[in-house]
Amino acid sequence: MVGSTAPRVSATAILPKPALQRVLDNLCQSGFQLIGPTVRDGAVILDAIRNISELPIGWTLEQKAGSSHLLRTHSTDYFGCPVGPHSWKRYLFPPHFDLLTAHRNSHGWTFEPARDDSPPFAFIGVRSCDLHAISIQDDVFVNGAVSDPHYARRRERAFILAVNCNTAASTCFCTSMKTGPRVLSGFDLALTELPESFVIEIGSEAGSNVLAGVDWQPASAFDLGRVTQIMQRTERQIQRQVTTSDLPQLLYDRIDHPYWDAIAARCLSCANCTLVCPTCFCSTVEDHSDLTGTNTKRTRAWDSCFILDFSHVHGGNSRPTVKSRFRQWMTHKLGAWIDQFGRSGCVGCGRCIAWCPVEIDITEELSTLRSQGAR
Amino acid sequence: MAGDAKPRLAVFKLASCDGCQLQMLNLEDELLDIAGKVEICYFLEARSQILDGPYDVALVEGSVTTEHDVERVRDIRRNSQMLITIGACASAGGIQALRNMQDVDEYTRSIYANPSYIHTLSQSTPVAAHVTVDFAINGCPISRQQLLEVLTSLLIGRAPQLPTYSVCVECKRKGNVCVLVSRGIACIGPITQAGCGALCPGFNRGCFGCYGPMESANPDSLCHRLAMRGIRRAEILRLLNGFTGWAEEFRSAAEKLEKTSP
Amino acid sequence: MSATTMFEPAAIADPMLPYPAVVRAIRPETYGISTFSLEYLDPAAQAGFAPGQFNMIHLPGFGEVAISICSDPNTPKVMEHTIRYAGSVTRAIGRLRVGDTVGMRGPYGNPWPMQLAEGKDLMIVSGGIGLAPLRPLILEVIHRRSSFGRVLLLYGGRTPQDLLYTGEFEKWQDGGIEMNVSVDRADETWKGQVGVIPMAFYRIRLDHRNTLVFSCGPEIMMRFVIYEAMARRIPKEAIYVSMERNMKCAIGFCGHCQLGPAFICKQGPVFQFSTIEPFFGREEF
Repeated sequence: MVGSTAPRVSATAILPKPALQRVLDNLCQSGFQLIGPTVRDGAVILDAIRNISELPIGWTLEQKAGSSHLLRTHSTDYFGCPVGPHSWKRYLFPPHFDLLTAHRNSHGWTFEPARDDSPPFAFIGVRSCDLHAISIQDDVFVNGAVSDPHYARRRERAFILAVNCNTAASTCFCTSMKTGPRVLSGFDLALTELPESFVIEIGSEAGSNVLAGVDWQPASAFDLGRVTQIMQRTERQIQRQVTTSDLPQLLYDRIDHPYWDAIAARCLSCANCTLVCPTCFCSTVEDHSDLTGTNTKRTRAWDSCFILDFSHVHGGNSRPTVKSRFRQWMTHKLGAWIDQFGRSGCVGCGRCIAWCPVEIDITEELSTLRSQGAR
Repeated sequence: MAGDAKPRLAVFKLASCDGCQLQMLNLEDELLDIAGKVEICYFLEARSQILDGPYDVALVEGSVTTEHDVERVRDIRRNSQMLITIGACASAGGIQALRNMQDVDEYTRSIYANPSYIHTLSQSTPVAAHVTVDFAINGCPISRQQLLEVLTSLLIGRAPQLPTYSVCVECKRKGNVCVLVSRGIACIGPITQAGCGALCPGFNRGCFGCYGPMESANPDSLCHRLAMRGIRRAEILRLLNGFTGWAEEFRSAAEKLEKTSP
Repeated sequence: MSATTMFEPAAIADPMLPYPAVVRAIRPETYGISTFSLEYLDPAAQAGFAPGQFNMIHLPGFGEVAISICSDPNTPKVMEHTIRYAGSVTRAIGRLRVGDTVGMRGPYGNPWPMQLAEGKDLMIVSGGIGLAPLRPLILEVIHRRSSFGRVLLLYGGRTPQDLLYTGEFEKWQDGGIEMNVSVDRADETWKGQVGVIPMAFYRIRLDHRNTLVFSCGPEIMMRFVIYEAMARRIPKEAIYVSMERNMKCAIGFCGHCQLGPAFICKQGPVFQFSTIEPFFGREEF
C-alpha cells in the first residue's frame, strides 16, 4: 500500500507528519507555487513556501480585540496557529492588479487586456472559515451574471490543501456563522493534525494524484475517532457567540440609530477591518498615464467603504461621515450581504476584531445594537 | 494646461532642507521628459538661469519663518496661476514649527552670541496661512510618484489623484504586519495620510506622521487607545509633534494629551 | 483546478475592457452640458440597448464614468450621451472633438419596464439632466404611441437655461406626449409654468389605477414625486425611479454603487420604488 498507489477520492488516509514534505514536493513538481502560513514580523502571514520547516511549527496565537501575539509552545504542531492578518484573497483578488493598457496612435485609442503571468497556486493550510470566504468571493466574482476572468483563472487553477483547526483563537466565532471549524467541502485535500501524524481526506482527483509516492496508510476507525475528538475540542474552545437569526432586519431597523454616532467617535476609518477581511471585495480602478498621455495603464486596487473617495459622486459624497461609512460596512457585512448573495458576508474568522487598532469588536457592537431598540 | 506654449514652471524655497526639491531631481527616468514638456523658469537647485514670472505653476518648498518669507510668498502668489506646496514644511509648517510651542526669543538669546542679527517670526507657518494654496503635496520628503502624478495630471489636464486615506491602507495592500497590533509599537499610521508606501511600518517601526493627518482623522480615539495599551504619553506626543505637528488635527490632539496625566 | 491550462500567460476577454468608439457628433445642450454621439469602431461591439440603460465611457488617463444612453433605442448604432462637465473625466470628454475616440463598454443596468407600461398611462417626471435616461423611453413611446395610454411629461429645471432638449419639445408634443414644463426661477423669456416639479401634480388628474410613474432627477426631487404620487393613491409598485451612485465597474465587482441590498449597476439604475423603499432617501446611506 505504502506509496505505490494513491488513495481514492473521498477516502481517508493517515501519514506521518514529515511525509507532508513529499506532498509539497509533488505539488511543486506539478508546477504549483505553494502559498502557506509562515512566521514573519511577529505574525503568521501567507507567503511562498517550499519546505515544511517554513510552517509556523510550534507557534500559537494569543489574540483579542486590537492585539495579536505569537506564542512559542512545546507543541510540534505544524498548523497550531489560527489565522493571521493575511487571507487567500491576496492571491485570488490581488491588492493591485493591472487590468488593461490603452495606447493612442493616429487612429485613436486601442485597448489591450493585461497579461496575468501568475503560476497556479497551491494554498497550504486553508481553514474552514477561509474556505467559506473563498466561496463567498466566488459568489461575487464568478457565480453572478458576469464573471471576472482574472479571478476565475486564478481560482480554477488553485489547489486547496485545507486544515481542520485543532486550536481556536479567542477572536474566532465560526461556529456561530456555521463556517467551521471542520472543513466539509471545496478542498483537494483536508488535513487533521494529530500529535505524530496527519489524517488526510481526499477531496478530488488532483488531491489523490499528489499523494502518489507518499508514505500513507488507510485511516482506521480509531484515527477517525481521534479526528472527531479534536474537532469537538476545538468547538468547545470557541467561546464567542453571535446571534444571527434576526439578521439582516436587525440592522435595517437601526439605520438612524444614535448608536452609530457613538461608534464613529471611536472608529478611525483607517480601513484595516475591510482589508484584513477575507470576503471584502470592494475595489477601485485607476488610470496611470505617462507624461504625454499616450500610454495609460488601468489598475484595480483594494478599496474600502471606509475611504471617503469610495462614495464620491459629482457634486458631493453619499457617505461623508465616518458614522455613515461604519454603518455601511457593518450593515453590508452582517446584513445586506444576506439579501445580495443568500448568506452572510462574515465567516467568523475574527480578523477585523484582532487587527482593529482601537479594539472595535464587530460581535460586541452587534450585541450592543441589538440590546437597543429599533430606530 | 491651455494653449500650445509650454507651461512655465517655477520651484521656490522658503525655510526648508531642499529635500523636496531634490525629489524632483530624483525623478531620473522622467526628468528629461518633464524638462521637454514644461519651461523651467526658476529652479535654483537645478540651474542658475532665472526667468521672470508670471508662472503657470509654482512649486513652493518650505515654511514661512521670517517677514521676508511673508513678502516672498505673497509675491509668488501674485506671479503664479497655480501654487502648489511641496512637503511637510510648506504644507504644514515642518519640523521647525516645533518652536511654535516654545519661546523663540529665549531660544535666540541662549543660542546666538549676537541675537540682534536674528530676524525671525515667533512661529513657523504653512504657506496656506498666508496665501491661497491650490494644491498641497504632503510628506517629508514628498514622494516622487506623487510629484510625478501631480505634474502628469497638470500636463494632461485633470485633477491630481493623491490618496487621502490612512497609511494602514498601504500597509495592508503591501502585506505589512501591523506593528501596533502585533507588537504594541506606537504608530500613528491609522490617522496619517498615505503616500510614503508605508515605509516605516515596512521596517518594523511605527509611523510618525510625515504625510500629515488623513481626511476625517480621529487622533483622540487613537491616542486614547495607545495610552490604554500602556504607551507613555511622552512617546505619543513625540509622534504627534513631528514633521507635521503643526497641522490642526495633530496639534489639537497633542494639546489635549498634554492636559492629561503622563 | 485543471492541469491543461497551466503555464499559459492568459490574455483574457475581460468585461472591464472597453472597445474604441468614435465621436460622431457633439451637440451643445446648455451651459456645461453637451450630447455626444458615439459609435463603436467595431460594429460587433454594439449590442443594442433598452431605455434607461447606461454605458461606461473611458477616457484613458482620466478614468471611466457611467453615462445614461439618451438616444432612440431603435437606432443603437450611434448612441447619444448627454454629459455634464462635472468632474475630471467629464471635463476631459468636454474637450473632445468630432472624430476623436474614447473607450466604451455596455450597455449596463436594469431598464425602464417598457412591457409593463403597455396599455398604461405614463407619468414621466424629471428634473434637469435627469431627462437624459428618460429620453429613449419618450422616443420609444412616440414610435409605438398607440401601445400606451395617456403619456404625460413633467419636466423642470432651475431656470429656462437649465432645460435639456427644448428643441424637441414640439415634436414630442406632436408625437402625443402631454408636455408640462416648469422652471423654479423664470426670466423675461419664459412663458411657461413656474414652480418646483412636484407642484405640477396639482394641475393634473390621474387615473391612479392605471398609471405608472417614471422618475429621474435629484434624489430630493424624486422624494417629493413619490410623496405626491402616493398621495394620489398611486401604489408604490407603480413608481419607478432611476438612481445614481459612484461606480467603478458597472458589473457588480467594485462594490461602490451599493444601496442597502441593491447594487445600482445590476438591480438598478431603474428600481421599482417598493423594492428600495426602506433605503431610499435615508441620510448618508
